[in-house]
Amino acid sequence: MKKNMNKNYFEVLRPGINSTFQDNGRNNFYHIGIPFSGAMDNRNFLLANTISNNGINNPVLEFAYQGPKLKYIGKNISINVTGDVNFKIIRNNKNLEFSCYENIILENNDCLDILSTNRSVYGYLSIGGTFEVDYYLNSCSTNTKAKIGANSGEKLETGQIIQLKNLKKILPKNKIEYLNSKIENIRIIKGPHFDYFSKDAIDSFFSNEFNVTKLSDRMGIRLKGPKINNIKNTNIKSEGLVKGVIQITADGDPIIMLSDHGTIGGYPKIGVVISADYDKLVQIPPGSKIKFKEINLKDAETIFKLYEMETRNLISNIK
Amino acid sequence: MIKNISNLGDAALYCDFGTEVNKEINRNVINYFNNLRDSNFLGITNITPSYNKLVISFDLKLTSYAKLKKQVENLNLKKNNNSKKNLIKIPVCCAEEFALDIKRLQKLLKISEAKIYETFFSKNYYCYMTGFIAGMPFLGDMDKSLFAKRLETPRVKVPKNSIGITEQFCNIYTFESPGGWNIIGKTSVDIFDNKKNTEPNLINPGDTISFYPISKLEYEKKYE
Repeated sequence: MKKNMNKNYFEVLRPGINSTFQDNGRNNFYHIGIPFSGAMDNRNFLLANTISNNGINNPVLEFAYQGPKLKYIGKNISINVTGDVNFKIIRNNKNLEFSCYENIILENNDCLDILSTNRSVYGYLSIGGTFEVDYYLNSCSTNTKAKIGANSGEKLETGQIIQLKNLKKILPKNKIEYLNSKIENIRIIKGPHFDYFSKDAIDSFFSNEFNVTKLSDRMGIRLKGPKINNIKNTNIKSEGLVKGVIQITADGDPIIMLSDHGTIGGYPKIGVVISADYDKLVQIPPGSKIKFKEINLKDAETIFKLYEMETRNLISNIK
Repeated sequence: MIKNISNLGDAALYCDFGTEVNKEINRNVINYFNNLRDSNFLGITNITPSYNKLVISFDLKLTSYAKLKKQVENLNLKKNNNSKKNLIKIPVCCAEEFALDIKRLQKLLKISEAKIYETFFSKNYYCYMTGFIAGMPFLGDMDKSLFAKRLETPRVKVPKNSIGITEQFCNIYTFESPGGWNIIGKTSVDIFDNKKNTEPNLINPGDTISFYPISKLEYEKKYE
């Protein structure tokens, strides 16, 4: 980290399982193999920056399952946490409890301990100000596979210092009433290789539950359930992927591509998760069960409009 | 030239140029790719060319499948404006410790190590696409005598900068990554430079590539 330290910074006492800086992500680099990245749960990312009165593309700290433990040094700042997150502030050896979705004040020598996400995966920490991070190809989003973006493309590590800049005066509470609802039914649109699978396989795909396995991360969710039998070919000529694509591997298991996915893939695509269900999909933790439901493009577009309206509505009801 | 456009989910177009893999079809794909990059159609977030498909993803807040499909269908195609056609020369060190699968290939192809390399270095290759991992180029076509299957069990870690071949294609592992291609050497050049903020890729779709052998000494000199 930089030698000439600012007066305001976090020291990482515990990095958490997968804590990375994220913003809106990188557009227009799929053709050279660089995925979109960006915050996994777009709505919670947007709410975090909104509560902080930040620009909508301001960097946030994303964490998964167990978050970081950070010691704060500096003048009083406003921070907020979004998601379904259990966290506390340790001040003068006392544990203070707070809620998500509202600004709280962090004082010099406070310790912010983000303990866990509850029955979900990702949460976000935003500050009234800006994390001082590196940008690469117009985004700070960390991609640990290509080693690009903030923090030299790495997850947070113990002992490192996170410098803060452009700190704002203490912000109003800006509370948002929001409950992260869980979904089990994931709505999808048929993919281009739907006819690679037998009628029985398709029936089985839609009528059975699948388990979200531990082999799930920012690149994808691996599912286990009934084997989906391919009647044409278990491989295709490699071609472009997008987030939400469900590929069926040669073993007959579905994998859902998420924000850090490989840009091209060679397995048949049985379907694609609709945009409106993406934020909720990424929050489904391993051990959960999900079921797929087919809908058509028109309905998917309408549902997305409603989802966007709902988000705008949440923001306009800030207190 | 696009045979069919369908939707890939609710936020991407799936453009089909045919089922075969050949340069002619791929040049069409890349021509569309270049034209679309210049088009500034509202809402496009990514365009991914591959052997014979083009996936165009877009921001559903800004446009829709029907709207963008119409624009792509009515696109006023300019002829290959990427005719600069770089020839990029890539040095390869074939020292034993880098050519992980050369013994296997000798057995499989029933030709000598010298003949494998002579054949490999004598051709120019065309870049069909880049991706999977950042900057990885998919190059073709190999001489028929070098067509070889993938490893039965893929390696968990293929070393960065390894040169792999399989069937009609060869590639360069731009990062350490899992992979099942037959490794015949290692380049001293970083194909993807994550320090470069513009054009981090040395090789792009449509480029022509040739390989030339270097000694271990040259390899080490270039690398240090």
